[in-house]
Amino acid sequence: MASTHIVKAYDEELQHLNNNIARMGGLAEEQLASAIQSMVKRDSELASKTIENDDKVDRLEHELNDFVMRLLALRQPMASDLRNIIAALKIASDLERIADCATNVAERAIALNEIPPVKPLYTIPRMSGLVQQMIKDVLDAYIERDVDKAMEVWHRDDEVDEMYTALLRELLTYMLENPRNITPCTHLLFIAKNIERIGDHATNIAEMVHFLVHGVPFREKRRKEHYPGVAAVAPAANEEGEASGK
Amino acid sequence: MEAQTALIGHNRPADATPVKMATRDLDVSYGAIQALAGVELDIRENEVTALIGPSGCGKTTFLRCLNRMNDTIEGCVVSGLVTLDGHDIYDRSLDVVQLRARIGMVFQKPNPFPKSIYDNAAYGPRIHGLAANRDELDEIVVTSLEKAGLWKEVRDRMGEPGTSLSGGQQQRLCIARAIAVSPEVILMDEPCSALDPIATARIEELIDELRENYTIVIVTHNMQQAARVSQRTAFFHLGQVVEMGDTVELFTNPQDERTQGYITGRFG
Repeated sequence: MASTHIVKAYDEELQHLNNNIARMGGLAEEQLASAIQSMVKRDSELASKTIENDDKVDRLEHELNDFVMRLLALRQPMASDLRNIIAALKIASDLERIADCATNVAERAIALNEIPPVKPLYTIPRMSGLVQQMIKDVLDAYIERDVDKAMEVWHRDDEVDEMYTALLRELLTYMLENPRNITPCTHLLFIAKNIERIGDHATNIAEMVHFLVHGVPFREKRRKEHYPGVAAVAPAANEEGEASGK
Repeated sequence: MEAQTALIGHNRPADATPVKMATRDLDVSYGAIQALAGVELDIRENEVTALIGPSGCGKTTFLRCLNRMNDTIEGCVVSGLVTLDGHDIYDRSLDVVQLRARIGMVFQKPNPFPKSIYDNAAYGPRIHGLAANRDELDEIVVTSLEKAGLWKEVRDRMGEPGTSLSGGQQQRLCIARAIAVSPEVILMDEPCSALDPIATARIEELIDELRENYTIVIVTHNMQQAARVSQRTAFFHLGQVVEMGDTVELFTNPQDERTQGYITGRFG
């Protein structure tokens, strides 16, 4: 809606809300980028800094929650304003979770840096690059109220899921090859899982953009394959593990 | 769907609710000024229909057409069809006094008669001859005051003047007075605009209870009130109905730009 409210302060407040989401989004993106950097470059100092910085995102979320409470109480928003405010509240919670996942990645990076590297890591940085772009694009879609763009991001998550499944398989193979790989590979697996979760949060945000603009929830269901290929590896792993154990 | 119904509670109407009153192609003008143009609305039975819109948009005019209150206004011309249970209420053979017993009205400012509380509630039944004796009249008075949620507060002071009550109580007395003649439809023209929030909440609660037995049409400037009490809402603008629909839908996802502009405070 192009026209402005009769009460100017209301417009400013809604603008403030949008700006804060953008700020939180920017921070969450940075957090993910540095967490991945700390893993790739084996830089524990950067990882620690990333973990510390999570506070900033948490604080922003609290501020935003308080602000939304105030808006709801004082303005009694209706229609698109109401959707705008509810969407901001939910997106903020997704962004906070994204930053949490980034923190988890940083924590695992510190653990990884204390042991020798397994193999050069291609898939995780690539997966992370994809997810970072998703966050960036979905935030742009939010700012521009561009549903098509948001939906495009939503569909892109399939690719992340596929990469995650492939990576899971690859890591399982390493672990089967050598039990010494189990510790680093478990850390890597958790890192990948966190990045995959971040992708899911990006799709949540995409769904909120849909709701915000159209006023109805996004209903499309994702076709979920439950880790294809994993089943093929796992039973073999059990048998072998048991055999060698006995 | 089941869970959603439970969650939103009374606000979600059943789709199959019968139509109690309807207007078709309703035009109203006061002399040269056209107040309503081509209004087509269905008012469903046992539902609260809220009429919202900026001042001068025609919502009160529309309300007054529903029980022919506009008849008394000089220069007011009504054309088109207004029906109650499918019958034209502007039919020449129709007794307007009887019509207004079936379609009661509550006004913006509480207007109890300068009589006792008892006589206020007994007024309608007396003139319409609804009670055969004093006992029957007593019963109607008590039941009406009970239904209006006022009985407990006034049972010991029935002889006191209606005007001695607080504003909220006076308004409930007026509702009791309207109910006393067992109307089918109750029209309310901003019934809470002169009341404090507590008295307003009482009236809103009452409206929700009354809905079980009556069909209610309420004009309100307070959009939150419309959202709270009604199942369906019509948005009037410049003498026309811009949008009419499920209240929840209208306040969360209106289809017309003008409705959107008005309810979000962007008009002008």
